[in-house]
Amino acid sequence: MTPLAGYLLVAALLFAIGLAGALTRRNAILVLIGIELMLNAANLNLIAFWRYGPHPEALTGMMFAIFSIAVAAAEAAVGLGLVISIHRHTRSTDLDSMNRMKG
Amino acid sequence: MSLAFYLIVALTVAGAVAAVTLRNTVHCALALSVAFAGIALLFLELDAQFAGFAQILIYIGAVAILIVFAIMLTRSSDTPATGVFSKSWLAGLAIAAAVFAVLGWAVLRTAPMLPHDSAAPVVTVQQIGAALMGRYVLPLEIVALLLTAALIGAVIVAMHEKAGAK
Repeated sequence: MTPLAGYLLVAALLFAIGLAGALTRRNAILVLIGIELMLNAANLNLIAFWRYGPHPEALTGMMFAIFSIAVAAAEAAVGLGLVISIHRHTRSTDLDSMNRMKG
Repeated sequence: MSLAFYLIVALTVAGAVAAVTLRNTVHCALALSVAFAGIALLFLELDAQFAGFAQILIYIGAVAILIVFAIMLTRSSDTPATGVFSKSWLAGLAIAAAVFAVLGWAVLRTAPMLPHDSAAPVVTVQQIGAALMGRYVLPLEIVALLLTAALIGAVIVAMHEKAGAK
């Protein structure tokens, strides 16, 4: 197995763990934690492809990962702001009880 | 594939699994920072020093602390009596397992075609800065705008509403 395949498998495993967390937990903050894990797995893929790609000196994959980290930080700030705002209205962060818009 | 790689992977995966399965939310956030540290070590192992240290600064230094703040503000650290997993947890687990199966199958199938070990690229922080200020200056400005908008948006969303405003 080449090193690149090893890193890709680790990233796939981290993505699956994050997806499982986002889909199975009740708490909204834990769902955000799962989403952060998925974003990190994608960053790991970008860096691994940059390292073993044909032109690492062009820095393309590295730049992609750095911008992705910045966007993920903005996403975390807005997501947690939304969770705090919802908590103020319903006094809970339980996603199963947030069914006011259910048809 | 060195021994260090396997140790770091074991640490990262253990942290990630703990982050999504532990019952106490604060423990989940602490396990998440372990997983972030493992991913930063993987970046360093991949000769991406700048990305590795940026990962430590941004994720462990800012995002994990932000999550702990949110847990404290919403007082959701005590385990609810109804359980921590949602009603449809089995379907969610099945979907995650199916996604991992598809991704793993695709990686293993194309593994012989992937490039082999190459010489470590020498990238200095000066080169990254020059690239950010030269070729990637427009995305940099857009990210600056996005971060400003996210900062203002997060404050407005989480700000306490006045009594008569509704």
